[in-house]
Order: sequence, then structure tokens, then C-alpha cells
Amino acid sequence: MSKILIIGQQADGKLSSSIAKVVTAAKLVGGEIEVAIFAKDGSAAAAEAAKLDGVTKVLQIDRAENDNELAAIVAPQVVELAKKGYSHVFAPGTTFGKDLLPRVAAKLGVQQVSDVMAVHGPTSFDRPIYAGNAIVTVEAPAAPAVVATIRLASFSAVGSTGSAAVEKVSVDVALPTHTRFVKLEAQKSERPELQSASRVVSGGRALGSSENFKVIYDLADKLKAGVGASRAAVDSGYVPNDMQVGQTGKIIAPELYFAIGISGAIQHLAGIKDARTIVAINKDAEAPIFEVADFGLVADLFTAVPEMTSKL
Amino acid sequence: MKALVSVKRVVDYNVRIQVKPDGSGVVTDGVKFSVNPFDEIAMEEAVRLKEKGKITEIVAVTIGGAKCEETLRTALAFGADRAVHVKEEGEVQPLTAAQALAAVFKKEGANLFLLGKQAIDDDANQTGQMVAALLDLPQATFASKVELEASKATVTREVDAGLETLEIDLPAVITADLRLNEPRYLKLPDIMKAKKKPIEAVTLADLGVTAGAGLKASKTVAPPKRSKGVVVKTVDELIAALKGKGLI
Repeated sequence: MSKILIIGQQADGKLSSSIAKVVTAAKLVGGEIEVAIFAKDGSAAAAEAAKLDGVTKVLQIDRAENDNELAAIVAPQVVELAKKGYSHVFAPGTTFGKDLLPRVAAKLGVQQVSDVMAVHGPTSFDRPIYAGNAIVTVEAPAAPAVVATIRLASFSAVGSTGSAAVEKVSVDVALPTHTRFVKLEAQKSERPELQSASRVVSGGRALGSSENFKVIYDLADKLKAGVGASRAAVDSGYVPNDMQVGQTGKIIAPELYFAIGISGAIQHLAGIKDARTIVAINKDAEAPIFEVADFGLVADLFTAVPEMTSKL
Repeated sequence: MKALVSVKRVVDYNVRIQVKPDGSGVVTDGVKFSVNPFDEIAMEEAVRLKEKGKITEIVAVTIGGAKCEETLRTALAFGADRAVHVKEEGEVQPLTAAQALAAVFKKEGANLFLLGKQAIDDDANQTGQMVAALLDLPQATFASKVELEASKATVTREVDAGLETLEIDLPAVITADLRLNEPRYLKLPDIMKAKKKPIEAVTLADLGVTAGAGLKASKTVAPPKRSKGVVVKTVDELIAALKGKGLI
């Protein structure tokens, strides 16, 4: 039977919302599901993980060095744990998981499956290639373990009515000192997190300035939506990089997505293809975004968006 | 200080990919190829560090068939001093690539390894991390700023939460994100000069690498097509349509 180790992600004692989605993918594999929390003090995040439906056990690995969950520090511990009879090691397809897991896979001597978007069986998965323009079904070798990152936009979150046991575990490996955390400049936002928001409003190059992004924020606030951006808007300095949606930014799958002043380059579409409903507002009727939009409005965004905000 | 930069030949980022009807992969015959965009950024960073006097020699490396020589010539035109071509006509998966690249890095005695954060064909985002793991070196992935000193580097990384800064001891592996720099345009004289720069050919076997069990692709399909949308004429119509579907 499968025994799946999920590498939990936490920050400031809060479990990342990504883990509830990774558990969904793990449930499709079947078997025992354990979540490992690496932190300086992981009690709060471990308690949250223990409530996730389907989780069998939570392993809490407290160590001062784990404070910032650096890949070089966490990886040797994951490798040591993984050798204890796990058939699968999963991590979320966040920057944390993408940074960490290949380091684990290499040490275990296995090819990693990146961005799993569907689970067909314990070793059979779908993953996107070429910016999501093709989907390949791959068979991963079962031994020594299947190592995979999970594409969050493809799985819904499990509920949290469970009550798994939390076990404090010490993993006795020497940790490197060659990597040191200096600082994190985090963007503070009261708006819903981009990757879990059910509605997202994104702006592109056509906004023209960071001040003009106000029309996007106003509509988003009215809809209680997260705010995203195209690469062009980020590169022009209108918004910070962590708002970028696309092949190299965040991949999202909200119920409702507004692409405003976004032309719809292949790389942007890669990030939104799984949105349930796509609305495009653009002056250019020929923009490629209209090929994927469920509802399109050819109009000047500076008149249409404020009008929409005021009428909602 | 010597820097190694890896470059991959991929289908050009502007090409609209076609999936083969038999599900065996994507059409690559007659399609434009170029250097993976993230690798160009890695290359540019190495050249800038050399221009600042932080790096003395840049070695470009690629793995793949005969056509990859073109990719290496581009890297040489960018400013690499010489190149290593790991010749392999078949498919090379990230762990195998990482083993080969780690062997080249060791052989060269390089101090810094710059790679792109991901290749836009397989979108794996693994190789840099794997090289670092195999060599037990520090890694700074998704780099948007690199400050290099004699024995360490300070790297700003693009993470989901914002920008994270790490300090890593050298030798180290750094993978480039989009915003690290803007790669320069190649000038004709540099392209001509690149033709005379040396390329050393090696094989996976020379490097002591044998590809182990990899992922087996059974079929490749196009993503499901979205149904044709509706173009509305006014904001009122748009609001009505969204309300009608219970979306707002």
C-alpha cells in the first residue's frame, strides 16, 4: 500500500492553504497520508494539518535551523525521512516546493514529476508542458519513491474536520551552514490570496501606470477578488512581481477571472486556462484574450471598468 | 573566478505548439528553435559579472544533439569564452542532465553555476536544484538580483510571498528568473568572433553518467478547448450575463 509523505509549508505558524490541495492529490493515490511540518516551532501549523480530511498522521520536526524553510536546510531532513518506507513524497507547486523537492529527488536518485495536474494511479500522472499547450501522461518509476510537486490550480482543497495525531519527530542529520536567510520583503495585502481566491481581477500593460491600477483594485474590492497582473504590468513596475499570473508566475483557477487590458500572450494564458469563467475587457477586438474569454467586452477599460464597479 | 552557464535549445517561445495526432509528442519538425529565454538571462548575468571584473572566464555548456552547436555559438556570441557540448541525440531528463552538468562543473573547477530557472519546453524547473544537491552546494533559485563577492553571493529571490534575500557561500548554483536582467542583442562582429571560439565535445559516458530509469511518457494531448465565448456590447450586458450565470 502507498505511504505518502507531504512536505507541509508554513509561515509564521500558519499552514499554507496549498497543503489542503496536495492532500486531495494524495487521496487520489490512496494509502496512508502523512504531513511533515519543518519549522522552528511547528505546533500551530501541525495542529492545522492534523485537521485536514484524509491525513493519517502529522510529523512535527522542530529545529531552529528550519525557521525560514530554506531548501538547502530542509532537503537533507526530507531525504532522511523519505527513506523510512514512504512510497511517495509530495510537495505543493509553490516556490517553496519547486525550490525544495528537486533537491530531494536528486539525493534519492529519482526523476521528479513536476506540476502534477491529474492522478491516474500510484505512478501515473498528467502534467502540462510547453506552457500548458500540451498535456503529457507520464509513468514514474515506483522505486525508490515517486517524488512529485502538485499543481495547485488542478485540485480543490480537502475539508478540515479530521483529527490526526501529531507526532514530534527528530531527524538527526547534519545541516549545512552555507546558506543563510537575510530577509523577506513581503507584500502586505488585505485582499484574498491570489492562488486561492475564487475571483481574480488582473490588469495588464494597458493600465499605463501604477496609479491607474486603482480601477483594478476598486473592481476587485467590490467583488472581494484577488488582484493579479500580466508580466508586462509587473515589468513596467505598476505592481510587484508576486502578483504575476502566467507560465512563470502564479497559475490560478478561480471561478471568475477578469483580464483587463491584457492581450493574452501564450505565457499569460498558461496561468489562467483552468479558470471557470474568463471575462476580457480590451480595446483591441483582435486581442488573443478574446479567443479564450467566455465573455468579452471591446471597450476602453478606463470607462468600462469604473462603470462596472459603480453598477455592481 | 570561473563561471559555468548552461544553455538549452528549445522551441521558440512565440511558436504555437501543435500536438501530434498520434499522441506521441509535439511537432518539432520545421519549427523555429532558439535558446531557452531563461538561459539567455543566465548568460547575460555571467557576462555582466565578467564586465564588472567579478568573473574571469565563462564556460557555456549544453546537452543534446548536433543542432545544439547553434545554441552554443549563440552563447559564445553573448560573451562565453569557450563551450562544452555534451553530445547526446536521445531525450535527456533533468536528473540525467544534472548529473552531467555536475560532472562538467567539477571538471572545470568552476566557482559559480548559472542556469535558467526552467526550460519552456518541459517546464520542469528542476535541473539547477538537482545540480546543487548532487554537488552539495548552496542554491539560490528564481534569482532577480545577484551580488557577487570573492567567497559569497547575496541573492534576491522571487518567491510567492515577495522577495527573499539569501547569502550563500561559493561555490554555488544560481537559477535566473525573468527579472534578473534584460539580455542584450547580439552584434554581428560578436557572432563572427564566436565562430572561432573553441567547443569541446564530450559524451555522457565520458562524464561517467548513465541515464537511469526515467519518466515514461505514454501519450501527449492538447488541452481541452474552451467553448466559444460571447462578445457583449455594453457593461450592462456584461453584468447581466454574469448575474445570469450566478457568478456575481
